[in-house]
Amino acid sequence: MLRDELGPYFGEFGGRFVPESLIAALDELDTAYTTAKTDPMFQAELAQLHATYTGRPSIITEVPRFAEHAGGARVILKREDLNHTGSHKINNVLGQALLARRLGKTRLIAETGAGQHGVATATAAALFGMSCVVYMGEVDTERQALNVARMRLLGAEVVPVKTGSRTLKDAINDALRDWVANVADTHYLLGTVAGPHPFPVMVRDFHKIIGEEARRQVLDLTGRLPDAVTACVGGGSNAMGIFHAFLDDPDVALYGYEAAGEGHLTEKHAATITRGRPGVLHGARSYMLQDEDGQTIESHSISAGLDYPGVGPEHAWLNDIGRASYLPITDDEAMQALRLLSRTEGIIPAIESAHALAGTMKLGMELGPEAVILVNLSGRGDKDMETAGAYFELFDAEAAK
Amino acid sequence: MSRVETVIAARKAAGSGALVGYLPVGFPDLQTSIDAAVALVENGVDIIELGLPYSDPVMDGPVIQRATQAALADGFKLGHGFDAVAAISARVDAPILVMTYWNPVLQYGVDRFADDLLAAGGAGLITPDLVADEAAGWLAASDRTGLDRVFLAAPSSTDARLRQSVEKSRGFVYAVSTMGITGARADVDQAARALVARLRTAGSTSACVGVGISTGDQVREVLGYADGAIVGSALVSALADGGVQAVARAAAALAAGTVATGPASE
Ligand SMILES: Cc1ncc(COP(=O)(O)O)c(C=O)c1O
Repeated sequence: MLRDELGPYFGEFGGRFVPESLIAALDELDTAYTTAKTDPMFQAELAQLHATYTGRPSIITEVPRFAEHAGGARVILKREDLNHTGSHKINNVLGQALLARRLGKTRLIAETGAGQHGVATATAAALFGMSCVVYMGEVDTERQALNVARMRLLGAEVVPVKTGSRTLKDAINDALRDWVANVADTHYLLGTVAGPHPFPVMVRDFHKIIGEEARRQVLDLTGRLPDAVTACVGGGSNAMGIFHAFLDDPDVALYGYEAAGEGHLTEKHAATITRGRPGVLHGARSYMLQDEDGQTIESHSISAGLDYPGVGPEHAWLNDIGRASYLPITDDEAMQALRLLSRTEGIIPAIESAHALAGTMKLGMELGPEAVILVNLSGRGDKDMETAGAYFELFDAEAAK
Repeated sequence: MSRVETVIAARKAAGSGALVGYLPVGFPDLQTSIDAAVALVENGVDIIELGLPYSDPVMDGPVIQRATQAALADGFKLGHGFDAVAAISARVDAPILVMTYWNPVLQYGVDRFADDLLAAGGAGLITPDLVADEAAGWLAASDRTGLDRVFLAAPSSTDARLRQSVEKSRGFVYAVSTMGITGARADVDQAARALVARLRTAGSTSACVGVGISTGDQVREVLGYADGAIVGSALVSALADGGVQAVARAAAALAAGTVATGPASE
């Protein structure tokens, strides 16, 4: 069963490529997680938080007016945008924060790109009375300024990272450096299905509730499984979360949409599986964008949350065994889909999630009106108003001053 | 015994221990980095740790990050690393260990990397983000070529992992002095002394302490219980601030700590 993969390797991907100093902490985390997985107390605590704090189960919404632009297929959104803090990220954060508390850690650190993972981590730290430091590339602190303010309001310290490409990849480097130095009292709350084992498996497991709920909900609504499940892929957590429940349903096609920036054939993209090749980045072997010397190439995307030159190892494996397909979506395709969903359905998606919507439009035209497509709407667009406002010239010239 | 082990053993026999000096290739430019490495040896450094600049150096603090980023921005290519090894070994006898994050080796091809390093005159590799558990390809290539392989040991490592680091390493085991990244520190951790004692129990006869060491006094203190002292950021700072002359002076000051002064500090 494809659903039974436990790591540390997915085929030839995954593993632990980290300094020796971190191995003990990874082992400690792995043991704690393995225990928690089958501990009814832990599961009950997490379920309670989902029900009374996050707002789970998240609903599904069928979007027929949007679907007219997707070949007339039935399009159903899994509404992770309605979760507390505005995206799927909270699922993983609450799970890991509970684990950190069990381990006696009093300080949470995190990387963030779009700021959604940082906001979710700052939220959990506030809820559990822990201190919190969030590393965020300087470029991202500018384009996601609203989320910087949210994190600070929640009591977190936000550290703008000024090295390298000053985006998500460099934020992860700094978080790893912090963790090496402070591992005794600090948990590194990694925000996607990348990194060294056990993160890819653990983060996936905390998100697989998305697909488990959605599978039942779609069955209830349509009486059958969807023909395809779609999601955007940055590191790949929302995609693994919704894919996982369907991995062993061979008739359900799985599509991950990567950020193609200005085009996956240009040099300005973040289409890691489409354009990258296997290598080691941030502790795991997976696909990555790199030059011939193995130096990481900077990625580009209008969406901070997808602007990452790596991808989780389980996706690399699902790609190589042909179980899931990964396709590029440009900045403009995503922005058009963002506006379209807003205007046809009154739902403003995150730019990340808009990549999944744009992919779904193309897929729907291929599959036709008989098809049912389930889309993971991973987050809401409030954080992106600055970018969207500039892109579509929505601000009055006067007000902009 | 490998060349590195031979050098360390000779320094121990003389009542002291080895000084290992780190500099990155290509900083501030290729030729100056070669001249600076030669100057290290001419001023008392026993073993050169030559760093290959990498885009995502998670073990490195700000000083080394700045230097290696500058080298990359200036056009560093992996081939320059082999050129530098060859150029340095043509001028001085000290063994050269190349310090590199793992992905560049993986992309170059582990066997091809080993062959080219050997051909250039290199002694082996220090691999900060490759633990022995993931190193099957490199264990085979280093056995085939006889190159040294230096794995890390940390204060947080279990006894079983220390034994593994000792068993799999050749040349020396890199004892990470403190839980943290590279950079000068006023106090070299007590943790280093405890770690070296644990490495001895695990069977190590060749353990060098690195991370945080920046003065001759610290070198002397470390050599009181370890077989070698590794200095990086202090040398890189000197090179950045005052060029080859400054790095030569810094090396000489550090080497003063390797002069046997009667009974060791214990
Ligand atoms: C709303 C939203 N979707 C998707 C992502 C991308 O992450 P992942 O691929 O791990 O789901 C982010 C990351 O910031 C996000 O905020």
